[in-house]
Amino acid sequence: MLDQFGPPVLPPGLEPLRADVRAFLADWGSAYPAEKRALSWMGFDADFSRALGAKGWLGLSIPREYGGHDASPFERFVVNEELLAAGAPVTAHWIADRQSAPLLLRHGTEAQKQRYLPAICAGEMYFCIGMSEPGSGSDLASVRTKADRQTDGSWLLNGRKVWTTNADRCQAMIALVRTDPASERHAGLSQILVDLTLPGVMIRPIKDLSGHEHFNEVTFDDVRLGADALIGVEGDGWAQATSELAFERSGPERFLSAMTLFRCLVGAVGPAPDARQAVEIGRLVAWLISLRSMSISVTAQLASGQDPVWAASCVKDLGTGYEQETVEVAMRLIDSLPPGAQATTTRRVLAIVQSMAPSFSLRGGTREILRGILARGLGVR
Amino acid sequence: MRTLLQQSIERLLADAVTPDVLRAAEAGVWPADLWGKIEELGLPLAAVPEDLGGAGASWTDIFVVVRACGAAAAPAPLPEAILANSLLAAAGLEPPESGAIVFAAGTADAPLPEVPWGRHAKWLALHDTRTGRIALHALAEARIVLDNNVAGEPRDTITLAPGSLVADAATSAATDAVMLGGAMLRSAQMAGALGRLTEISAEYANERVQFGRPIGKFQAVQQQLAVLATQAAAAVAASEAAFLMATPNTEALTTASAKAVSGEAAGKGASIAHAVFGAIGFTHEHSLHFLTRRLWAWRAEYGSDAYWAEQLGRTIAARGDEGLWPLVTAAFAETKTDD
Ligand SMILES: Cc1cc2nc3c(=O)[nH]c(=O)nc-3n(C[C@H](O)[C@H](O)[C@H](O)COP(=O)(O)OP(=O)(O)OC[C@H]3O[C@@H](n4cnc5c(N)ncnc54)[C@H](O)[C@@H]3O)c2cc1C
Repeated sequence: MLDQFGPPVLPPGLEPLRADVRAFLADWGSAYPAEKRALSWMGFDADFSRALGAKGWLGLSIPREYGGHDASPFERFVVNEELLAAGAPVTAHWIADRQSAPLLLRHGTEAQKQRYLPAICAGEMYFCIGMSEPGSGSDLASVRTKADRQTDGSWLLNGRKVWTTNADRCQAMIALVRTDPASERHAGLSQILVDLTLPGVMIRPIKDLSGHEHFNEVTFDDVRLGADALIGVEGDGWAQATSELAFERSGPERFLSAMTLFRCLVGAVGPAPDARQAVEIGRLVAWLISLRSMSISVTAQLASGQDPVWAASCVKDLGTGYEQETVEVAMRLIDSLPPGAQATTTRRVLAIVQSMAPSFSLRGGTREILRGILARGLGVR
Repeated sequence: MRTLLQQSIERLLADAVTPDVLRAAEAGVWPADLWGKIEELGLPLAAVPEDLGGAGASWTDIFVVVRACGAAAAPAPLPEAILANSLLAAAGLEPPESGAIVFAAGTADAPLPEVPWGRHAKWLALHDTRTGRIALHALAEARIVLDNNVAGEPRDTITLAPGSLVADAATSAATDAVMLGGAMLRSAQMAGALGRLTEISAEYANERVQFGRPIGKFQAVQQQLAVLATQAAAAVAASEAAFLMATPNTEALTTASAKAVSGEAAGKGASIAHAVFGAIGFTHEHSLHFLTRRLWAWRAEYGSDAYWAEQLGRTIAARGDEGLWPLVTAAFAETKTDD
């Protein structure tokens, strides 16, 4: 299993791209406050997403004929890590770019690709993921939302999804639903594309513990979907949904969510740390460099067509733990910061990141579920 | 070259490093047979350029050799010899053809503490901290005070004899080249040991039966094994990155990170393995301790995790918040420096 981590080699030639992204971010964000950067990939700004689309930095790995850029996964990695490190507001397009576009490219019909991919690449069309339901969290195979095929080939959708990030600000959802009413567990599930403006779709924002509204409850009451709403093969929903997991779990967003806090902390500690401050900060740097190298290594495996699900789960488990540890380190150092504007900002940012931190190891599969996958990979079950 | 090296070293160690050999080594017996085979394959000269008699392997290739030594708990200074010879070669000195060689930093006229495998070594590559030169010394006449690390590996104090100098030369190696090189080796050895620890712990969890089923059926044990595996993976990735970036002037950031991360992983990993193995793993009879005691020892050598974290912390703080991210991305440059 450990062999899934090869040498973490980034191919040459990426520096100009990195420099471009940095210059763009420097221009854009000189007045963008740390308190907003702290939201990391939960920050929403459609104008910003469109600007990225115009720069050609969305849909990087999508073919040109669909509005993409035929770029390598490494170019995508570089753009995304720069955006995340800067705390740029990327949530509008994030899921569409990361998951929905590759999914549509792989399993979608020609018509679906033509219709959605160019808009995703332009930063204009946003997607959400409809997996979780009130009764189905970790046990995703128990989903009950159903799409019944009608005689004219259309679908009738009924049920409820929950915790759906950005459903209130997206145009479309890719939902995992039961299309075979007689089926149980992993069989009989399909992925279906839901236009969220259709009649019968009700979206209710849910406040998180800090009062932010970013996830939602989405109820479907006799929503009529065209025959072309099905993505991929009917009944293959489980396999299709899980095949994207390596992409979802190994990216830099799994260890850079608390980067703004870390940056603030370094600034507030100042250039001459005492030994305790130096050890705490240095330890975070050591893990950051190492997690980045793990993530690059998984990207390299993905680029060569492998499916390193085990390694990706490993990155997510360690990476989200690292993000949460950043909060712990900040707590341990907060009283030692020299008083001043930077200390004040760091306190505010800490409060924001601390309030988000519990979700880091829940969203995208809980820590316990990931560790179960890791143990199975070791042959223990 | 990497695959070839990996296969030959793993085969060699699987045959030659038995629990009996390990016990004998701990009792002070030099595994001459093992060392003979290592020399037959030319491994101590692996990183030396071909024109100086070596194999010219890159550090990325060397990584698999050092990691394998860690995984097997190999009771011989092959990692040390590879680094010692490469230090000599980098200064234009020809490495000795045979006989174990190790390295140290210090001066020729003062005792050199904690020299790995000192009593068994024929040669010493000394990075002179006063002159900055690299010197090859013969150890035949040296005065040696025996000591061991917590794993029972020789860590002796050596006082060089007058006239021991064979050759010396100026070097462009960093002033702390020995500390950095040692840290790089130990992090890869820890990665190897942690990988092996993960394998044997998972195997044991599937074998040992309690409450009528293998203990691996218990989620508490599964979750612990998963943590062990992630720590092992972090150590592998961190030290792999250090070797990848090891240009003649060993890159301090990746090496410091590797030692800090692997050291922390060693602590967590060893503790989980001992939890999984229960009392049997706490016995001298069982071979678990060949790995776990080495992890403890290697974690402490050439800078503990806290030592390297502090260095990193000072470097980063001096650059400030604006310098943090550029430094992190530069630590790990994008062009592969395959020497
Ligand atoms: C901020 C945020 C955003 C999210 N966005 C989305 C989204 O956009 N789309 C979407 O579909 N979902 C989303 N989710 C939902 C997320 O995927 C679920 O929270 C997650 O899968 C866990 O489900 P649950 O919350 O129902 O917890 P449960 O499954 O009820 O788990 C509760 C606890 O029990 C443990 N547990 C459960 N089963 C096992 C087991 N077999 N072995 C050991 N332990 C177990 C879990 O690890 C956890 O600790 C989001 C969640 C958060 C917090």
